[in-house]
Amino acid sequence: MSIFTILISTVFVNNFVLARFLGICPFLGVSNKIETATGMSIAVTFVVTLSSIITYIIQKLVLNNGLEYLQTIVFILVIAALVQFVEMVIKKTSPTLYNALGVYLPLITTNCVVLGVAILNIQEGFNLIQTIFNAVGASVGFGIALILISGIREQLEVADVPEALEGFPIALITAGLMSIAFLGFNGLV
Amino acid sequence: MKLSKVFYNGLIKDNPIFVQLIGMCSVLAVTTSVENGLGMGLAVTGVLIGSNLVISLLRKVIPDKIRIPAFVVIIATFVTIVEMFMKAYTQELYNNLGIFIPLIVVNCIILARAEAFASKNNVLASVVDGLGMGLGYTLALLILGGLREILGAGSIFGKELFGPAFEPALIFIMPPGAFILLGILIAVFNSVRKKKATTES
Repeated sequence: MSIFTILISTVFVNNFVLARFLGICPFLGVSNKIETATGMSIAVTFVVTLSSIITYIIQKLVLNNGLEYLQTIVFILVIAALVQFVEMVIKKTSPTLYNALGVYLPLITTNCVVLGVAILNIQEGFNLIQTIFNAVGASVGFGIALILISGIREQLEVADVPEALEGFPIALITAGLMSIAFLGFNGLV
Repeated sequence: MKLSKVFYNGLIKDNPIFVQLIGMCSVLAVTTSVENGLGMGLAVTGVLIGSNLVISLLRKVIPDKIRIPAFVVIIATFVTIVEMFMKAYTQELYNNLGIFIPLIVVNCIILARAEAFASKNNVLASVVDGLGMGLGYTLALLILGGLREILGAGSIFGKELFGPAFEPALIFIMPPGAFILLGILIAVFNSVRKKKATTES
């Protein structure tokens, strides 16, 4: 698969949130304001790309020697350690960036996009370059979906929504409508 | 706390999907049919009981500062066990659920129960809590999976319901249908709970 196909496919056609249902928790949890949604997207892009590269290398060098069954345990530990490490580095080197992203970083460990992309890279048999583009595409797709819905939800706050639908249910229905719109990209790749 | 109450809390009162609103990814993704929903629900229940049991046994041994990584390792171990079992005995289901089986590790329900319940309560109560929460999750999957399969494919457990003249609304087994139906279900659940609260007071 060419790099371009991978990018278009992960960002639009198989959008990780709206078509593959990965990362729904942050998608609905931190999408109340555009500002926080942007911060979360940047933090996710950073962690997903870095963790994809590291898990890919570990898979090829260590796990492929007969330890495949440890994949889930090893990957989640690597991701948790990486997130902690990134948090410490950012805290030391750039306090401004830390203030902007700090609160989102611990949340990312349990974001299924990170583990999902890491496992998918291996399942699809990507090489390192394809892995990197798949990771970038996945997180950009996640970011687009997150920022779009946060824009809509800011408007929804002033809208007259039936009482039972307030909050979570209306956010889910909005996501459903967005998902219909993204179905339009089907057949692009 | 009475065990029956712990069980009821997990199943209905604090239902992880309809009330706590956590662990949505797998719920939306695997409910294209009742069968997949049931399989996923039982897999999560198995992991939840196992992780609650072990974490409760070790709750006085695990130091407070490293409890989260410790919990995650325990959970990942049980997920791997369940994954191997499914691969060996239910190949078709294993293929249908795909990536969402390893992703049970990052399902917030399991870590949330470890942190909020199993690390503070005795072994028996923790197992009952795991069972209740797991079945509550399964219940939500069955309702959503059933509705999606009936509306989107006109069948239930793979059996045709309405005969050949029925034109199923395909949208409900595609991703948008999952979001919209779950939104409506939660809204219904909310309004029922609100009505119950006002009549009681």
